Amino acid sequence: MNPVIKIILQRLALGLLTLFIVSIVIFAAVNMLPGDFAEAILGQGATPEAVAAIRRDLGLDQDPVTRYLQWLAGALQGDLGNSFAQANFASFVGDDSGVRTTVAQQIAPRFANTMFLAGVTAAIAVPFAVTLGVLAALYRNSVFDKVANISTLTSISSPEFFLAYVLILFLAVLNPLLPSLSNIYADMGFGERLQKTLLPALTLTLVVTAHMMRMTRAAIINLLASPYIEMARLKGIKPMRVIVHHALPNALAPIINVIALNLAYLITGVVVVEVVFVYPGIGQLFVDSVKIRDIPVVQACCLIFAAAYILLNLTADILSILSNPRLRHPK
Amino acid sequence: MTRISRRGLLTTGAAAGVLAASGLPLRAQAKRGGRLRAALSGANTSDSWDARTHSDLFMIASAQGSVFDNLTEVGADGTLKGELATSWEATPDAKTWTFNLRQGVTFHNGKAFGADDVIASLQMHVAEGAKSAAKPIIESITEMKKITDHQVQFTLEAGNADFPYLLSDYHLLIYPAGQIEEAIAKGIGTGLYKVQSFEPGVRMVATRVDSHYKDGDAGFFDEIEYIAVNDNTARMNALLTGQVDAINRIDLKTESLLKANPMVRIQEVSCNQQYTFPMLTDVAPFNDVNVRRALKFAINRQEMVDKILLGHGRVGNDTPIGPANQYFAADMEQNSYDPDKAKFYLKEAGLSSLDIDLSASSAAFEGAVDAAQLYQASAKSAGININVVQEPADGYWSNVWLKKPFCACYWSGRATEDWMFSSAYEEGVPWNDTQWGREDSERFQDLLVEARAELDPTKRREMYTEMQQILRTDGGVVLPMFANYVQAVSNKIANPEKVGNLWQMDNARMAERWWTA
Repeated sequence: MNPVIKIILQRLALGLLTLFIVSIVIFAAVNMLPGDFAEAILGQGATPEAVAAIRRDLGLDQDPVTRYLQWLAGALQGDLGNSFAQANFASFVGDDSGVRTTVAQQIAPRFANTMFLAGVTAAIAVPFAVTLGVLAALYRNSVFDKVANISTLTSISSPEFFLAYVLILFLAVLNPLLPSLSNIYADMGFGERLQKTLLPALTLTLVVTAHMMRMTRAAIINLLASPYIEMARLKGIKPMRVIVHHALPNALAPIINVIALNLAYLITGVVVVEVVFVYPGIGQLFVDSVKIRDIPVVQACCLIFAAAYILLNLTADILSILSNPRLRHPK
Repeated sequence: MTRISRRGLLTTGAAAGVLAASGLPLRAQAKRGGRLRAALSGANTSDSWDARTHSDLFMIASAQGSVFDNLTEVGADGTLKGELATSWEATPDAKTWTFNLRQGVTFHNGKAFGADDVIASLQMHVAEGAKSAAKPIIESITEMKKITDHQVQFTLEAGNADFPYLLSDYHLLIYPAGQIEEAIAKGIGTGLYKVQSFEPGVRMVATRVDSHYKDGDAGFFDEIEYIAVNDNTARMNALLTGQVDAINRIDLKTESLLKANPMVRIQEVSCNQQYTFPMLTDVAPFNDVNVRRALKFAINRQEMVDKILLGHGRVGNDTPIGPANQYFAADMEQNSYDPDKAKFYLKEAGLSSLDIDLSASSAAFEGAVDAAQLYQASAKSAGININVVQEPADGYWSNVWLKKPFCACYWSGRATEDWMFSSAYEEGVPWNDTQWGREDSERFQDLLVEARAELDPTKRREMYTEMQQILRTDGGVVLPMFANYVQAVSNKIANPEKVGNLWQMDNARMAERWWTA
């Protein structure tokens, strides 16, 4: 079998095992939090009878192991179940009249929004960071290199909400160029959607650029001492060409890894930015669900987050292999 | 505030119609048109059009405030008006109530409104397995009878003079009978605005219906858009950048920034929202009325209003009846900070000093832990050592409130005295957070039942004043402050001089009452 395909299959199998373990850990963790869905949703109005009624309706009175196994049995058949909030709502209505939506239906539009934001951010951040990294390597130790380093390090060191507010101040309040509310809807045109997504995307760009840019710079500089670069230089090739044609292809593996890690972050770590800009992504749904201990939704979100990391890491590894002839043709 | 005799309203209800037609000179300036965009908090991904689940501003403003109607409505000035009912009448014992319903009203799907809709909608709250917060109200009705297509008669378990008020509760919306499930799924009501799109926890858009029985009086916008923004700063940014025209609950710390903006005005109303410290009166040492009195004089109320509410509120007098209530005893003697008096009552209790725990968490109200620490400092000079226990916000209402003998709490208040008292001060009710009962005050519990069935407003005022007196001196709650509703509106939107104070945003009815300037 082609070694690359073998690696993919192996890694996918390990990925499934990881997902399984993640689901156990999350389930246990949510159960260990004080309070449960019934108490959280009722709040101040939590009378013992009402709490007991909701627990009975949702099966929360069964022991956790049984509940986990039930969930797992459903999940293995592709059924992530109904959120507690929806199931509780259905029991209000009195019967199951088809008004209840499944976890999958609930998450799908939110996930699409998150992917859109991640996509827009990646489209801005990746080329920007790599270009900046290449230029910083080319003009290393110059004023340009220092300014690029200092500014990206400053932005990565600032909390996301602070960057968000600074951008809102300059781009929305003082110069009303972009909207500060990024509430996008299903029936919105692409142009408007893009405009509303721009501020959060710029904020996230500031957050992820430093990591990718510095890795690009370091990986390239690392290679510049290699004999074949020296050879290229001795041939009289221009510095820019040396870096882009000779150094960059060999530095791709670490750069791809860092990019993958940052892309995963864009899918899983944008809760704060979503809250500040009121962006209806998966992060807000996740936080809301943890708050009310809505285990089916929390589980589904965590599985998506874990899967994003697993798949992006796998992609990164495969691309590293493909970019490296030694790994592509092992002896 | 001018008050119209409650008896006049209660017993004939005809006055309600007159009031609606004549009492609103300001509306003459109001004009139709435009779009209202508001960023509101209190939204959740689990929101729906089922009023039985409503508990926070976003859905109350969307459902009761725009898409649906009740039988009755509390006006901005606190008076009761007919909404889907035009008039009502009670027997002298306040036990049997007959409501005349509005004719010619249709639901958004074209169905005509009638008595069956009222009965079916109210019965939702006592349906098998239903967990409505309004269940106690409907359970007190022993019989609902359709007399004609536009007349319903309710027979109550016991006399209740406030019954028409209770029907204005935001849970008791009227749905089309036989199509309730569809109405809940799509949002089909009789209100001024018809749902265009609704994404739970994200936004709600509704357009004005072509003709409505409130035409001329209310419902001036062509379209309304409510955007769910739970984050304080994001709401403020949205208003400052002109993306919305109104926001609820501004962050008091940044009030000056909003004030500096000439395009925006701040709306502040004194209301019943109250921050409290309930003690369990059946647990030592709080079972001793002198200990409770000592604690009432050991708290510096004005300091709390100044530091916790930053001045946006008024001091409380240890009774839950507030400025939005009809029989609020505003001129009652004020409990105030007096360490000597506190020491005196402590001595009466046979104690020279007192050590107690006070549980607090930000779940109770914003700044609750700070308030507990202020209390600790002021009580020290009276010989009372308060140990502030910081509790986790998660599970606060299940594990601390009603369980720990002394803790921090909040109530949003109720429209009527009886409603408030019977929610939290009647012996044996589940939310009685001071375990206040006959053992503490026989008189209070007797008055509570008596006043409920009394239709004469003068007698009711006397009774409710006495009850507030009893709570002020002997009650189990230390109620240092009422927190104002503070919201902000763009100058592009105009509102009547009098803004409702039962709920935020003009009783959540801004879509009805405000207009484009």
